[in-house]
Amino acid sequence: MSNHYYHGLAKSMMFTIILVSFAPLLIITILAGYQYSVAYKAKVIAHLRELVLKHDQNVDTYLKERIAEIQVLADVEGIANLKDEDRLKALHISLLRHHRGDFVDLGLVDSKGIQVAYAGPFNLRGADYANADWFKNIQERQIYVSDVFLGLRGVPHFIIAVLIESEGEKWVLRTTLDFIAFNKLVQDIRIGETGLAFIINRKGEFQTTPRKDILNEVPFLKDLAARKKDFSDLLRRRASISIETNPATGHETIFVISQIKSGNWLMIYQQDVSDAFSDLNQAKNLATVVLLLGGVAIIAMAYLMSKRMARKVEMFDLEKDMMNEQVIEAGKLASVGELAAGIAHEINNPVAIMVEEAGWIQDLLEEGLYVEDNEREVSRALAQIRSQGTRCKDITHKLLSFAHKIDPTIKRVCLNDLIHEMAALCEQRAKFASVNIETSLADNLPEVAASPSELQQVFLNLINNAIDSMDPKGGDLDIATRFEGGVVVVSISDTGCGIPKSNLSRIFDPFFTTKPVGKGTGLGLSIIYGIISKMNGEITVKSALGKGTVFTLKLPATKDKSGSCDPDCDG
Amino acid sequence: MLATILLIDDEHGFVDTMSKRLSKRSLTVHTAYNGQDGLEILANNHSIDVVVLDVKMPGIGGIDVLKMIKTEHPLVEVIMLTGHATVESAIDGMKNGAFDYMLKPCEMEELLAKIKDAYLKKQSQENKIYEARARHIELRRGD
Repeated sequence: MSNHYYHGLAKSMMFTIILVSFAPLLIITILAGYQYSVAYKAKVIAHLRELVLKHDQNVDTYLKERIAEIQVLADVEGIANLKDEDRLKALHISLLRHHRGDFVDLGLVDSKGIQVAYAGPFNLRGADYANADWFKNIQERQIYVSDVFLGLRGVPHFIIAVLIESEGEKWVLRTTLDFIAFNKLVQDIRIGETGLAFIINRKGEFQTTPRKDILNEVPFLKDLAARKKDFSDLLRRRASISIETNPATGHETIFVISQIKSGNWLMIYQQDVSDAFSDLNQAKNLATVVLLLGGVAIIAMAYLMSKRMARKVEMFDLEKDMMNEQVIEAGKLASVGELAAGIAHEINNPVAIMVEEAGWIQDLLEEGLYVEDNEREVSRALAQIRSQGTRCKDITHKLLSFAHKIDPTIKRVCLNDLIHEMAALCEQRAKFASVNIETSLADNLPEVAASPSELQQVFLNLINNAIDSMDPKGGDLDIATRFEGGVVVVSISDTGCGIPKSNLSRIFDPFFTTKPVGKGTGLGLSIIYGIISKMNGEITVKSALGKGTVFTLKLPATKDKSGSCDPDCDG
Repeated sequence: MLATILLIDDEHGFVDTMSKRLSKRSLTVHTAYNGQDGLEILANNHSIDVVVLDVKMPGIGGIDVLKMIKTEHPLVEVIMLTGHATVESAIDGMKNGAFDYMLKPCEMEELLAKIKDAYLKKQSQENKIYEARARHIELRRGD
């Protein structure tokens, strides 16, 4: 068999091994990886939500506490005390002491917006707040917490103001809260490299200073905040999570947004996806590396293994071929043995005639050559010796064509010639079995590519079998050839005893024989089967018990059209 | 020796020449080219003493012819003539009552000697039968 075949075998083995080992690996990796990443992402996002909500509460609580303090002051102290600047200062110092400087200052503003009393580091007594936003706002509510702004002092701060009504007049108690202390509340939220939290108001202005400069993100954040306004669930669940591409960095970013200060401010936590899921990515990378290394190992192993297997198969095939050749040789010996029995007898007959004729001549010579017509008799005897000698020669020549060693080389074989030869070889045997051999051979038969000596064996075996099946009753043996659809068909039909159905499936098995022990090897048909399959042919049997058997051989014709049999050669 | 013999063989040339040579040696020779003809000649001609019979013939084989001869004409002696390959069948023939067997090609002297032996055997057996008959008649007379 060609090298190409083993190459293909190795290839298909390799692909099978790779497929079988890769498929489960990939499926597990993909499924488990997907599950893991989904679970992990859900966990991370839940964690972020909790974190933000907690801080959100913290900020709210912080504001509420501060408002409550101021409200207590306003309720308890009364306008008279608050107007008294010394008293106000004492209150301020007490607040500072207990709140570590959160309250920057404390002031009382009258209904016209003039700060009448002030305690704090700036000199703001008499400041006019009539036009300040917070002052306008407080007239409509009891409590007001401003956005962060620069104000008169030029430092970011925000104001808590409480409206006090006393004797028909409206007063406002206001305090400024330290922006830095408040900022810390939010700034402390930091996770990973890019995790960052800040508070913005509805206009998109920062209420805290983010850890890094993200001013260029403001338009996007504004838009985001505006969109969040529509989300009713934001109110209910108090935190919304979205993953969007941050236009400023170009990275995919997680935004966790929750509202504080009754929805006036939004706390935003943002973190790059890649950063938030860095553990997941690490796991992914590790899995990829393992997968790649495993893949390389699998491919290398598959390659080496399939190579080795293919080499082994090749070796076994070689061994098998050798064995086959030996079996064919043995089978040939068996058929030659059978043939020899017939041939020896055939040669003995003419030799016996020659010996008798020679003896007869001797008898005549004793009488004298010229007595009666002895001379004519002697020449007749000599002619007989010559013709019997020729007969011997023919037989030995027929035998010689069969005697040389099995030669498996493929040649172009003219089937008709070969069949004639084999039929002639078996003629005598057929005669003794009263078998009439008929050949009807097609004229335009193309040649087939085969080993002639192997084909000889095929036909000799089939003809012998056919004669055996008709012995001793006799019958007709028909050998026909025809060319049909690119295939040379040879049918060998006898009118013998036929093959029982139960044996029909076994006749090609090695060592299956119906002959008595020591008479047949049971190899003939199995060898034929081997030879015919080796040349990509086909052999089929049809048999009817008591009526006869037809063996049909289909042999591929040689491709070359010009290879049809020489009409002269089938003589 | 004035034995009468029958040659049965499918080889015409062999039968013809052999019959000429045997005739020259003052034997009466009948010939047949197959078993069927041989049996007919045997049935019509009671003078035949020895049959020289080929084992392998188309139609009725030598062994079958031998069996028929032995049942129909038990006194006729048969010498089997065979090629090497059928020695076994020739021995088989001996078991069926053939006098002896010979290998083809055969020496004339040897064949003559065998025919003579067979002829003598037949004659002695015939004599014994005559004697037995004679004694039988004698004994009957003695009654």
